[in-house]
Amino acid sequence: MSVEGDPATLVIEASKRWRFLDIRELWAYREVVFFLVWRDFKVRYRQTAIGIAWAVIQPMLTVTIFTILFSRLAKLPSDGVPYPLFALAGLVPWVFFSQGVTAATNGMMNNQDLVKRIYFPRLAIPLAAIFSGFADLLIGLLLLVLMILFYGQDIGLNILALPLFLALGTAAAIGIGLILSAANVRFRDVGHALPFALQIALLATPIAYPSSVLPEHWRLFYNLNPMVGVVDGVRWSLFGTPIVPEALLISIVTTLLALVGGAYYFRHNERSLADLL
Amino acid sequence: MTRMPAGAIQARGIAKRYQVGRTRASLPDLRETLTASFARLAGKDRGSRDDWFWALRDISFDVRPGEVVGVIGSNGAGKSTLLKILSRIVEPTAGRIEMAGRLGCLLEVGTGFHRELTGRENVFLNGAILGMSRRETLAKFDAIVDFSGLEPFIDTPVKHYSSGMYLRLGFAVAAHIDPEILIIDEVLAVGDAAFQAKCIGKVGELVGEGRTVLIVSHQLPVIQKLCNRALMIRDGRVAADGPPQNVVGDYLRAFEESAVGVHSRTDRRGRGRARVSRILVKGDGGAALISGGPTRIEIEADAAARHCAFTIYDGLGDAVGSFDTANPSDADSLTKGEASRFMCEMASLLLRPGRYRLNVALTGADGSLEDHVEGACTFDVLPGLVEGREAVSERGFGRVEFPHRWTAS
Repeated sequence: MSVEGDPATLVIEASKRWRFLDIRELWAYREVVFFLVWRDFKVRYRQTAIGIAWAVIQPMLTVTIFTILFSRLAKLPSDGVPYPLFALAGLVPWVFFSQGVTAATNGMMNNQDLVKRIYFPRLAIPLAAIFSGFADLLIGLLLLVLMILFYGQDIGLNILALPLFLALGTAAAIGIGLILSAANVRFRDVGHALPFALQIALLATPIAYPSSVLPEHWRLFYNLNPMVGVVDGVRWSLFGTPIVPEALLISIVTTLLALVGGAYYFRHNERSLADLL
Repeated sequence: MTRMPAGAIQARGIAKRYQVGRTRASLPDLRETLTASFARLAGKDRGSRDDWFWALRDISFDVRPGEVVGVIGSNGAGKSTLLKILSRIVEPTAGRIEMAGRLGCLLEVGTGFHRELTGRENVFLNGAILGMSRRETLAKFDAIVDFSGLEPFIDTPVKHYSSGMYLRLGFAVAAHIDPEILIIDEVLAVGDAAFQAKCIGKVGELVGEGRTVLIVSHQLPVIQKLCNRALMIRDGRVAADGPPQNVVGDYLRAFEESAVGVHSRTDRRGRGRARVSRILVKGDGGAALISGGPTRIEIEADAAARHCAFTIYDGLGDAVGSFDTANPSDADSLTKGEASRFMCEMASLLLRPGRYRLNVALTGADGSLEDHVEGACTFDVLPGLVEGREAVSERGFGRVEFPHRWTAS
């Protein structure tokens, strides 16, 4: 469906097979995205007793467990950065990514009342699901800064690149989230497989260990995982740990591919979502 | 593209196809899709045309700005599908619609309300989803709250609202969208009588402001009162188009025509192991029905069914009363199991003179619907006496003549 010609005239007809997202329409409905984010945020913190503290407690506990398991027992290196700091810098973007992808995947199902009864660009749902994670991400970053100060680490100019890597992580979450949210309406198997897949992906991302432990010739393949580039990049921005530019480039390319592919796949399925739910 | 005046709608050849036999529980899973893909690769496409159901076949119409169009049709005729396409919830399989101007839809009021949020928060959320900017909602906020009459509760989470309050707030938001084209589906049937009257009044107001309105309703009086044109949809096509009085007349007549042979009706719902094959409505000694006279309704099925029920509707489509073997009394003589012939006797017919029709349903032993026929039969009731009192039919004063006794002192 599209708005074409005279902007005041709405044309409804069967979609052509493959089309790119209607960005102009999404912009017209930007307030829906905003309100869905705002709704998720309000509801989440209204229903919990300690509210925002969860965004601090969860990563802290995970970092503690990781430190005991991987640093003390398994003696994994951490590129010269204190291990808890090192792990937290990986966890914060990872949690944003995995929660965003999960929320996007289940978004259509959770909002089927809306999808079946009201028209708005369906894209608003996965986007809002991912953007809702920004609050937790911000809290995680604050925590990270406090930890850096606590450990007496210096913050260099590299930190200016941090927003770029976070944007890369957001793009990866959107690309993969779009594919999975549309696929999950068609094949409910996706929702069941996702937690397991994310667990595997956690191990395939340098969160508990530095990517420098991998042999050089594996690095390019390893970086097909877009989150490898994001996590390495975040650490480089904060601690100046080494980064392999070629490998980072691969992560950027796979992220862009996921983004474009996700946009097309979502658009292709968008028209039948209400029929399938 | 020619430029259309604001508020105009042009629909050409709208069709919508659904796959049948796909309930929510049996969505194609990965395994099915994979096997189907392999079958296609191997050149063995097992997809068959019989799996498709055409909810809409070919709908074309034009609406001029300011027209108020009522859409009528029996259940399953395609009204809801048409509305869903017009409101862009589902895409048509074929055809093209052009609409000039802002579109507002009142499909199901209160959709998108979140239980944990307060009334105030939900007004803004719902406003955004229905296409209002935050500034617009803010400007109309007082009017919305005022219309809903929920000011004291506006900062209470809606989970504490009664269903009536929920609907009132939902309608209040939706009624203030301020569109050039408004699409309304059955929402006028919600809430208590007073609020319903308020809703109809509000719609009348929007109509008065020269907006284009499309209303789908089972309440034929609402259509006759608000609309200046009506469309009848039957079998996914526009079967009649014209002044509401004529189209509503056609609609009711279509029921009569089809009632000639209930066995040959195809527009029925249900599983179909048992089908209503014959309906007989008899008065005292003959076919004529008289107010206050003994009356017998006989329903025959082509196979045994567990329960039989029917509802009597008046000429305007409002239900008057219903009868159901699943709600027995000691005076009944019903079988314990299934039966294929059901007879319902009334010592005195309490209906006032006029034209009525029956919807009939059969259910199986497992409780699932076997057959449901709308307007399965039409009959006329002639003037008569109910316990010595003349049964008088006057429009707007009900359909039932109660046996009663006055005392004055």
